Amino acid sequence: MFTSLNARALAVSFCIFVAFLLAWHLATQAAVPVQKMDPEYAKLMGLTATKGTSAMPGPLDVAAKIWEHLKSPFYDRGPNDKGIGIQLAYSIARVMAGYLIAVMVALPLGFLIGMSPMMSKALDPFIQIMKPVSPLAWMPLALYTIKDSSISSIFVIFICSVWPMLINTAFGVASVRKEWINVARTLEVRPLRKAFTIILPAAAPTIFTGMRISIGIAWLVIVAAEMLVGGTGIGYFVWNEWNNLSISNVIVSILVIGVVGMILDQILAFFARKVTYPE
Amino acid sequence: MMQVSETLSSIQHDERFISIEGIARHYPAPDGGKTTIFENVWFSVKRGEFCCVIGHSGCGKTTVLNMLAGLELPDEGVNIVDGKAIEGPSLDRAVIFQSHALLPWRTVLGNVAYAVASRWPSWKREAINDHARKYIKLVGLSGSELKRPSELSGGMKQRVGIARALSIEPKMMLMDEPFSALDALTRGSLQDEVRRICLDTGQSTFMITHDVDEAIYLADKIVLMTNGPGAMVAEIVDNPLPRNRDRINLHKLPDYYAVRNHLIDFLVTGSKVFRDNIPAGYDPRRPPLVRPAAPTPASPSDRKAA
Repeated sequence: MFTSLNARALAVSFCIFVAFLLAWHLATQAAVPVQKMDPEYAKLMGLTATKGTSAMPGPLDVAAKIWEHLKSPFYDRGPNDKGIGIQLAYSIARVMAGYLIAVMVALPLGFLIGMSPMMSKALDPFIQIMKPVSPLAWMPLALYTIKDSSISSIFVIFICSVWPMLINTAFGVASVRKEWINVARTLEVRPLRKAFTIILPAAAPTIFTGMRISIGIAWLVIVAAEMLVGGTGIGYFVWNEWNNLSISNVIVSILVIGVVGMILDQILAFFARKVTYPE
Repeated sequence: MMQVSETLSSIQHDERFISIEGIARHYPAPDGGKTTIFENVWFSVKRGEFCCVIGHSGCGKTTVLNMLAGLELPDEGVNIVDGKAIEGPSLDRAVIFQSHALLPWRTVLGNVAYAVASRWPSWKREAINDHARKYIKLVGLSGSELKRPSELSGGMKQRVGIARALSIEPKMMLMDEPFSALDALTRGSLQDEVRRICLDTGQSTFMITHDVDEAIYLADKIVLMTNGPGAMVAEIVDNPLPRNRDRINLHKLPDYYAVRNHLIDFLVTGSKVFRDNIPAGYDPRRPPLVRPAAPTPASPSDRKAA
């Protein structure tokens, strides 16, 4: 008990990481016997067949690849060869656009649903049916009506991030403590001032929880959407590198997607902490 | 002539500053009929008077208070304050909630300033904060202005609630068991504060309580409500104790046990049986006014009974 809980947890995390890297390294080192075969055919089979090494890159290959990307993240050598930074920027821009539109729709609508039990009941069937639809199912419809693949993916981000925000906003607004509402009533606070000074701060933690769930879902969906529509973005990058059989790049992308997703989540978590009040 | 009638009406307003006239609350019963929580409730409170209501849970005390606050409207009858019927909440009537109902995302100053800004929307921020600080000082919380409610003890939270209510300079204060969630020591000191503030400011106050001693110490007039459903005002007790009473010596005052026994007797038995044997001549419009007094000379057996 000489070290703090955090220090011990950090040590364990580090050990797990090192063990994982070591196992990965050893596993990809294992040589396979070179098979006798027709040289023409061997070419098609790749390195595993001709040289006996694994096609799965080891941690050192991936580290080299990461370094390569870090050195020039923003190069642009034509439509099929852009730096990972550019691809990420495309994806983040799409997520932000779809997400912000969703915020602008979900917060006022959520307020309306939360304040009015009638509207809550009236809109409930639509929400219940639309919520479980996979956002990608909207893609053909979006492509057909919007006729622009990039805007279609923004629409898909919008449609997937709107539900958690809408439901949480409505729930947060509807469950504002009656006594706070009564305080506003006895002080004759006007409706608009009441909305901004009582209901909004009271519901803010719940609203931000919904926004945090939404950004997570949006980041999950953008990868899949970009794989479908292609062109630009981190999702397209992953699929393109798979077609190039560059497994190193695929692994790098997975890491990058994870890190960016975590950052987005932490930004929302930061704001959620700002508006949370201890009771 | 004009002068005379105005003076007359102002005297009437002072005598019946709050006038509760035949109010009732019904709820739909499961069998399709209606359950009456209370009905035909009549009483009045003078300007500057401290009025307590005691009665068991379920007799509708809180509903009466909410109706005076304008948060609920009576199913029958009307409540009149200062000559005007209550149609909704008003800044003229401040409510001190049982659960203090502070806004947890605002500081102490922020909570009081919110009420001040609601009362005088045209005031500058400086003026609002100065006014709020004045009332925070009045309840003895200077130095805690920037704390949040979660950092305060129960008694301090209730002080903020009192400061918030007083800061809007209301015509009357409504208190719903304001001290019931506090420990005995804190409760005592807050009762002292409230009594001092009410005497100093001449505030008209309507308070609900379960605590007989609290009612005797604070109230000029104690309204006794019978058990619900179908609750009614059994009688109104005029507190015979001198106005300069203090909490420490309260139980040494000659009439103290007479009032206390009267109230306890009512809560233990009277509140239950009153409805079944209503005394002859009982008029719900004018509930009997009782002024318990010690029998003179006080016999030793009375003392023992207390």
